[in-house]
Amino acid sequence: MTPQAQLLKKRHRISAAFKLFCLSVTCLAVSILGILILEVTLLGLPWLNADFLTSFPSRFPEKAGILAGLAGTLWLVTLTAAIAIPIGVLAAVYLEEYAKPGRVATLITINIANLAGVPSIVYGILGLAIFVRFLGLERSVLAGAMTMSLLILPVIIIASREAIKAVPSSLRQVAFALGATRWQVTRDHVLPQAMPGILTGVILALSRAIGETAPLIMIGALTYIAFVPEGPMDEFTALPIQIYNWTSRPQEAFHELASAGIIVLLLVLLIMNATAVWIRYRGSKNKFK
Amino acid sequence: MRLTRTRGRLLEQVLRWLFFACAAISVLTTLAVVGVLSIETFNFFQQVPAADFLFGTRWTPLLEPKSYGILPLLFGTTLIVIGAAIVALPVGLACAIYLSEYAGARTRDVVKPILEILAGIPTIVYGFFAITFVTPILRTLIPSTEVFNAASAGIVVGIMVLPMVASLCDDALRAVPNALRDGAYSLGATSFEVTARIVVPASLSGIFAAFVLAISRAIGETMAVTLAAGATPNLTLNPLESIQTMTAYIVQVSLGDTPAGTLSYQTLFAVGAVLFSMTLILNLIANAIMNRYRDVYE
Amino acid sequence: MTQPSEVLLQANAVSIAYGDQLAVNAVTLPIYQQRITSIIGPSGCGKSTLLRSFNRMNDFIDQVTLTGKVTFNDQNVYASDADPVAVRLNIGMVFQKPNPFPKTIYDNVAWAPKINGRRDNMDDRVEQALRQAALWDEVKDRLQESALNLSGGQQQRLCIARALAMNPLVLLMDEPCSALDPVSTARIEDLLFELKETLTIVIVTHNMQQAARVSDFTAFMENGVLIEYGPTETLFTNPENKRTEEYVTGRFG
Repeated sequence: MTPQAQLLKKRHRISAAFKLFCLSVTCLAVSILGILILEVTLLGLPWLNADFLTSFPSRFPEKAGILAGLAGTLWLVTLTAAIAIPIGVLAAVYLEEYAKPGRVATLITINIANLAGVPSIVYGILGLAIFVRFLGLERSVLAGAMTMSLLILPVIIIASREAIKAVPSSLRQVAFALGATRWQVTRDHVLPQAMPGILTGVILALSRAIGETAPLIMIGALTYIAFVPEGPMDEFTALPIQIYNWTSRPQEAFHELASAGIIVLLLVLLIMNATAVWIRYRGSKNKFK
Repeated sequence: MRLTRTRGRLLEQVLRWLFFACAAISVLTTLAVVGVLSIETFNFFQQVPAADFLFGTRWTPLLEPKSYGILPLLFGTTLIVIGAAIVALPVGLACAIYLSEYAGARTRDVVKPILEILAGIPTIVYGFFAITFVTPILRTLIPSTEVFNAASAGIVVGIMVLPMVASLCDDALRAVPNALRDGAYSLGATSFEVTARIVVPASLSGIFAAFVLAISRAIGETMAVTLAAGATPNLTLNPLESIQTMTAYIVQVSLGDTPAGTLSYQTLFAVGAVLFSMTLILNLIANAIMNRYRDVYE
Repeated sequence: MTQPSEVLLQANAVSIAYGDQLAVNAVTLPIYQQRITSIIGPSGCGKSTLLRSFNRMNDFIDQVTLTGKVTFNDQNVYASDADPVAVRLNIGMVFQKPNPFPKTIYDNVAWAPKINGRRDNMDDRVEQALRQAALWDEVKDRLQESALNLSGGQQQRLCIARALAMNPLVLLMDEPCSALDPVSTARIEDLLFELKETLTIVIVTHNMQQAARVSDFTAFMENGVLIEYGPTETLFTNPENKRTEEYVTGRFG
């Protein structure tokens, strides 16, 4: 074999080995998801029953349940949505429809992009200082919701801006030409058209809020409460906090309880993400051309 | 026939200001973060000299004798970041290379959603995974590993950050125009040569920006390290020992009973300020890199 | 020079389909050594697809099927033990839009020899390739500059030099001048006459005048079918097929 041919064989061998390496690594990464879900399911499924979903935490694993956490998370998500969605969407409307391109708009955009990268615990610190202490809201669901809103606001704004940007300008032009004001154009034409994209972004932002633990710990969400919040000023706990509490105990049984809690949490997230995908799919079918 | 309409205009103005206020909340948020951190850190520095804080090697703000040197926390965070980087950067890049250069459309359609799902799993779940899966395995392999250790947390933070690295690197690789690949293949190159010597070098800035962002996220990660890495500030580079990161310390303080206004309470903000500064600088660097690299092919 | 010589490269009843769409339909086309063969025809007639099948560049497109035989030096290019990399070492290609690597001018030309283990006398090799592409005088003092700083015409000549650095026997050119201005186009056409002495060239072009100026043999394709193939002069002044006549006189396409 000529040296040229030998070299060619070697190059092909290296190329095949490299491809195999990248493939193996990818399979490894993907299988991690499988391992994770398998472990959580095996540990937690036996504990997942109606009692679990309707009981409060307890010193005795057999009697412990996730009701307080579920209720708290539900309260939190509802309040957070009520605060963050209007502010976020309207901020996106301002930046895309009203703001004149220039230094102010660019500054706000850069600012939002930076906020999206700030660690969640810093938002917790902010919530602690401003909502809990300064505004005196103490350890309430409201304080938690306001902190979470600040956390997910950049995500909602960025996603909404993308959705609004995707609305063809011809749609706006037609509406303006018919003598509508900017708000009328936005309200009746742009927002409805951008709604699927906005909703998808909102749902993804809220699923992030559901999974966050650190900011809630910072503002004082308790790790052991045996009641369901009845008003926005009540103290509360949340699903991830309950999971954290159980995980940090050394006993095996509590770890299994934590798995059950994780299954519940992942199911909630799965439902939300599936909804987002469904909305994105439905929305892509009625596009104004 | 009047060409003016006063009542509608008032409403429009009000709405415009309302929407502006919504957008301005983001600016207020940043100002609030900077303000809160600065004020309390300033108060902190009234009692503890900045040099002691930044260069001191003992961190015992809650026990006697009190010491306020942040280096142990910095080392702790660094250990986690190194561990995460070792896991996430090579694996993420290799995944991205496979997805972008080798995988067919069907494979991409399966693998990309899986990576997105991995990215969406809450960090508390990863903390759980660290304690119940990774640590036992590590302790079996290396018996001297402590129950709480930096390695478990580092590995798990790496897994957490992996999807982001893979996704961003994939974007960077796919941004390389196919004309470049065509040219290289037509010269008689193997796929490894085209990938390693043309495509990856051409997307280096994007890949680097992805790495910087991954490090920034690893620094800010809280729950996995709180659960798995420990609560003992420890100036060490041994990943098998128990340590405490900046984020874990902040959690520890708020879980305890620290009345507002005390020095211990202020340490929360001082450490938070260091954390915020580090992630901010890294994010700005990554953004600067990404803005620059768009011009490579022009 | 319109006498056929040895057949170096040949498509034999080659059909190429993308999925179930037939792009090239049973084309038999012998390419003669050290001649310039041009392939002309209206947009979408399959000429680029046919060209790319010669050096197996269609391998990168999903769902492409090829029937028939492509032979180079009487060896089947698509044989199951044929190495596409080895094929491309013998058959080089220049593309429609100049696509230099984002590297220095020197590194662009030196890249292929380097990965092929031909590292000795690299400077000479680079110089020779650049001279063959009539680019040496313009870049000899700035070899370490980025190739992206060159003008469009210079970049395309750099791509030609890059392809020539491996001394291929055939050079395939896919509409190499369509992205260039007339002056650059003329320079490259002059270049082709020089290269013909040592190289076999196949050029796809939608510019009929270019084909008439430059090539020895011309193939006319329409809808994937080879309508007519013969010496350029004959094809343009006295075509056998009516469709050919209509195309070259500008009645369509």
